[in-house]
Amino acid sequence: MLGGDPLLSGQVDLAVVLIVLLKVVLVFAFLLVATMLMIWFERKVVGDLQNRIGPNTAGPFGILQTLADGIKFFFKEDLLPDKAERRVFILAPLLTVVPAFLLFSIVPFGGDFSNGSDGTVEIFGHTTYLQLANPPIGILFALAMSSIAVYGVMLAGWSSGSKYPLLGAVRASAQMVSYEAALGLSVCAVVLTTGSLETHQIVSFQAGDGWGGIVPNWNLLVAGFVPFVVFLLASQAELNRPPFDLVEAEQELVGSYHTEYSSIRFALFFVAEFMNSVTMAAIIVTLFLGGPAGPAPIGPGWLWGVFWFLLKTVILLFGFVWVRGTLPRVRYDQLMDLGWKVLIPLSIGWLLVLATFHVAREQHWNGVVVVAIAATIGLIFFGLLRFAIATSKAKRLEGVID
Amino acid sequence: MGYLGGFLVSLRQMGRKQRVTTQYPKEKAPKPIRVHGRHVLNRYEDGMEKCIGCELCAGVCPARCIYVRGADNPADDPVSPGERYGYIYEINYLRCIHCDLCVEACPTEAITESKMFEFSFTNRADAIYTKAELVVADDGMPQKLPWEDWRPGEDLHTSAWMRATAPSGDARFEGVVGWSGELGYGLRAPEAAQDVKDAVATPLDMIDEHGHAPEPHGPVGHDGLSHDEGSHDEGHGGH
Repeated sequence: MLGGDPLLSGQVDLAVVLIVLLKVVLVFAFLLVATMLMIWFERKVVGDLQNRIGPNTAGPFGILQTLADGIKFFFKEDLLPDKAERRVFILAPLLTVVPAFLLFSIVPFGGDFSNGSDGTVEIFGHTTYLQLANPPIGILFALAMSSIAVYGVMLAGWSSGSKYPLLGAVRASAQMVSYEAALGLSVCAVVLTTGSLETHQIVSFQAGDGWGGIVPNWNLLVAGFVPFVVFLLASQAELNRPPFDLVEAEQELVGSYHTEYSSIRFALFFVAEFMNSVTMAAIIVTLFLGGPAGPAPIGPGWLWGVFWFLLKTVILLFGFVWVRGTLPRVRYDQLMDLGWKVLIPLSIGWLLVLATFHVAREQHWNGVVVVAIAATIGLIFFGLLRFAIATSKAKRLEGVID
Repeated sequence: MGYLGGFLVSLRQMGRKQRVTTQYPKEKAPKPIRVHGRHVLNRYEDGMEKCIGCELCAGVCPARCIYVRGADNPADDPVSPGERYGYIYEINYLRCIHCDLCVEACPTEAITESKMFEFSFTNRADAIYTKAELVVADDGMPQKLPWEDWRPGEDLHTSAWMRATAPSGDARFEGVVGWSGELGYGLRAPEAAQDVKDAVATPLDMIDEHGHAPEPHGPVGHDGLSHDEGSHDEGHGGH
């Protein structure tokens, strides 16, 4: 699992084990604190966007509000509904929160990538990456973890023995499964450009100089704008964040899958949700915005890496909150339409175009001809898709198919 | 901007320091003057209780939260001016919906409501207010019990005078005193004049041949809500 890190390439002695343990504790603590601050940040910013104050009582600017909420949750009564499937009911929150923790382990959160450095740091005479694990499967691990999180939501809804949670679980599984396809396809575009699944490799690739030596070599630009936008939209749906929070549509489903949950079990769902927001922003930064890569003018380079990483993540998170504070929730059919009829065809099409360009560059084909043919084929398929959707809509209006 | 214009709308609100929040436990939003809160049992100016134990309030209560038992007034030490008085008077605030029907049913204006609804209990028995807690204190104000959150103004306007002088009421009764005096206040004066809209609503049979609605009575007394003659004349435009 931890392979790829120079720390583990040599002999594994006690110091190496301790360094790994230190990183585990560091990442764990960072995630918890980041989640706590994220919840506060989101409430505060949404409040500001909506002319409200937000939390302002616990600590300076209400920054300890999440801590107070957590303590309250610990002391509340933990209810287990009579009709609940006991074991699954208890398991479900853990199935959501554990992948949320694991997801962050592959994110490089620091290290010096400037001026051709390879992003390693020296701790106690050992060279290592500033990320918990750098498995060869890399970004696939992230997709796997976010898929497992669907189980948590689904099993929670199903095991509650109640109707609204069940409806929410059905929605959740449908929504998350359909957006995972778009998510995976846009990751494919990144992998195709970078030539590696390892997150460290992906960041190293983006640390290189882009066009003219000024523009960063980020996948946002190199892989085209489309995968970034698709990933951004799909990740919001995957996170069940507004405007795609149909899974938790309070007006329709009470609290959906966590309606029957109380006390610390509910808190686990809540924490997992915001932790996933932080992690997903971190993954977007890693995949498209160069991760910790950035200039290091003065001082230690690895600290600049941490700084750039945090800055990019916070800017993205602000974007998440801004979207939440602005857009109303989409309708369920709009959600499915966006997923299946826009995002998936778009990302498949872009992937094919990207692959064609790669082959063309290697084979030294005429660029203009390649672009012309790609555009023509793209337009034909776009037309066909539009035609198919229009036909199916017409048939539906006629009542031929339901 | 099309689809994305909304993002600017929300972003512009950031940092504007324009807040719609009322810092609730520290400050309360102003309450409507006729809001329904915790009940009080009123007394006459001489200290006698107004309740006669007729149980009409209990009968009309849709939540069945009022329990009343009347008893004959002791001849040597009467509690109320009439023949009978409210011997037991209890309101269960876990059931009360503050509809004010008891206030409307009461023939002697004994039960009315204050503006205070912020009170809570830690067990069910405490939620039942007894007569000892409901009757107004010797200064005519509601008793301020330790678990209630009273703010200035919430204990004013608890009397039947409040009900009878609703400014949206029938213009025929404007300025007409239809209530009894009470402990701490005496006989209260009617409220200020009604506006043009209400004057227009005067029934046709009340308007004389010159097109004038009947002149209301002058103020009976002064208790802060003085009678504003200027706005009164405007209110009956057409003189």
